Amino acid sequence: MIRLERVSKRYPGGSEALSELTLTIEKGEMVFLTGHSGAGKSTLLKLLALIERPTRGQVIVNGQNTAKVSRRKIPAYRQRIGMAFQDHKLLLDRTVFDNVALPLVIAGMGRRETARRVRAAIDQVGLLSKEKLLPMTLSTGEQQRVGIARAVVSKPDLLIADEPTGNLDPELSLEIMNLFSRFNEVGVTLLIASHDIELIRHLGRRRISLHEGRLQDDSEAGGEICRAD
Amino acid sequence: MQSRLASRFFGYLLRHLQNLLGALGGLWRQPLASLMTVSVIGIALSMPAGLHLMVENGRALSGGWESTLEWSVYLQPGVSESRAEALAEELRRRPGIDQVTVITADQALDEFRAGSGFSEALELLANNPLPNVLVIQPSASDESAGQTTRLADELERLGDVDLVQLDTAWVQRFHAILDTARRAVTLASIVLALGVLLIVGNTIRLDILNRRQEIEVAKLVGASDAFIRRPFLYHGLWYGIGGGILAVALVQLIGFLLKEPVSRVAGLYGSDYRLLSLAPGEAGLLLLAGAVLGWLGSWIAASRHLRDMDPEF
Ligand SMILES: Nc1ncnc2c1ncn2[C@@H]1O[C@H](COP(=O)(O)OP(=O)(O)OP(=O)(O)O)[C@@H](O)[C@H]1O
Ligand SMILES: [Mg+2]
Repeated sequence: MIRLERVSKRYPGGSEALSELTLTIEKGEMVFLTGHSGAGKSTLLKLLALIERPTRGQVIVNGQNTAKVSRRKIPAYRQRIGMAFQDHKLLLDRTVFDNVALPLVIAGMGRRETARRVRAAIDQVGLLSKEKLLPMTLSTGEQQRVGIARAVVSKPDLLIADEPTGNLDPELSLEIMNLFSRFNEVGVTLLIASHDIELIRHLGRRRISLHEGRLQDDSEAGGEICRAD
Repeated sequence: MQSRLASRFFGYLLRHLQNLLGALGGLWRQPLASLMTVSVIGIALSMPAGLHLMVENGRALSGGWESTLEWSVYLQPGVSESRAEALAEELRRRPGIDQVTVITADQALDEFRAGSGFSEALELLANNPLPNVLVIQPSASDESAGQTTRLADELERLGDVDLVQLDTAWVQRFHAILDTARRAVTLASIVLALGVLLIVGNTIRLDILNRRQEIEVAKLVGASDAFIRRPFLYHGLWYGIGGGILAVALVQLIGFLLKEPVSRVAGLYGSDYRLLSLAPGEAGLLLLAGAVLGWLGSWIAASRHLRDMDPEF
């Protein structure tokens, strides 16, 4: 699903955020991405979302070399990837329903099909009773779930999430991770950047650790604990 | 198959219509700012329209003058005064001629002597070199220019006539001024059109910057620049149409306010001149210009600023 071959990323004027990174994530995997602050987790996800381009190396997503995706084709590319963020990036002046509907509206889906899919996605995150509310009236955990519903509403094969539980207490974090696990069960490939080592260990999934932009550790499910840096 | 295609087409139309109305709704939500923009556009558009109308009025007025001009018919030297009188009498009976005055060679010499300051030099002349002249006033009917020149031809073909002269110098001057004014209107239109582009562009730019977050989110979930641009284009279109309507209203209002005084002045000159107002076609053109400029201005601004607006997380 995702293949990185000797990928380096240097931001203009900065040092290397990623260097010579090579890794493969198979279809249907659920993988956590960990590492200290500044290790390059977000940078890796940005390369997958085509927000940034690698300085060297190849990023292949779903069999497609991202270097070949031109600027004009980025929207169509992003429509096939679900994304969730720490700050959930909801539109505060739109209802829960409208927020979740956004990717489908953008894709030009018909009204009735949109409504059906949006309700299904909102139902999956357990917020069906709140579809008409504005995000500000929801709790932080609920807002995060709305963001996740938006990420999965167009049924992407790949979902990437950058610190989706960064603002949540342990209980809510677990709830969100369980939600991700359920999507994984129906075949969605997930790559989740997170600091929450306790939680990751508890879930017992594959974990990729970065250290200063290099691969430090790639443990299979149930692997050992990351060293402190 | 066909009905599927048709329903997709109507779906497409429907979405555009929703966008169009949605944009109008968006403008209503911030009435003061929208009204300001529309007013500035309206005023900018009304200026060339008003100037154009002024020039058109000038032209219509001067068209009326041409037929009321005087003609000077110079008879050949040696044609006697009595022949001149007879000719005058004959011309008076013609249709299209209101009045004929004879200025005899002697009268002309007297006038010249009094007015030119050459009186002493003139004393030296053995005989009067000036011809007899008939001054003809065409009837002040609504004669066309063609009829006027036909009259001139007829006069030239009369026997004993040397030269027919229409006193046109100042009319030509007036026309030259009108031509200059018309060119100035064209230039002003171009400048003000650029101004409207800038106004719309700037408003849309601010609008885009205000909604930066929303735009970035839309880009993150796969919106194309064209998709994001669309509502801004409709905003620009509405601004332009609003400005166009306001411009038409302004020009008509000014015309209405001037109608009374102008016809009073015209009345003093014995004319029934009526101030021209915008023709329906011209009003339509003004609206169209507003719409096109609004669309174009927002297109330029949106294309420029949306491209630089890359999402982050
Ligand atoms: N837009 C940018 N311009 C310049 N340098 C950047 C930019 N974004 C990130 N960096 C640098 O690249 C390195 C990796 O940053 P990145 O955001 O990928 O780290 P991270 O692992 O996500 O950290 P955190 O856990 O704090 O989110 C850091 O040193 C950071 O300063
Ligand atoms: Mg980060």
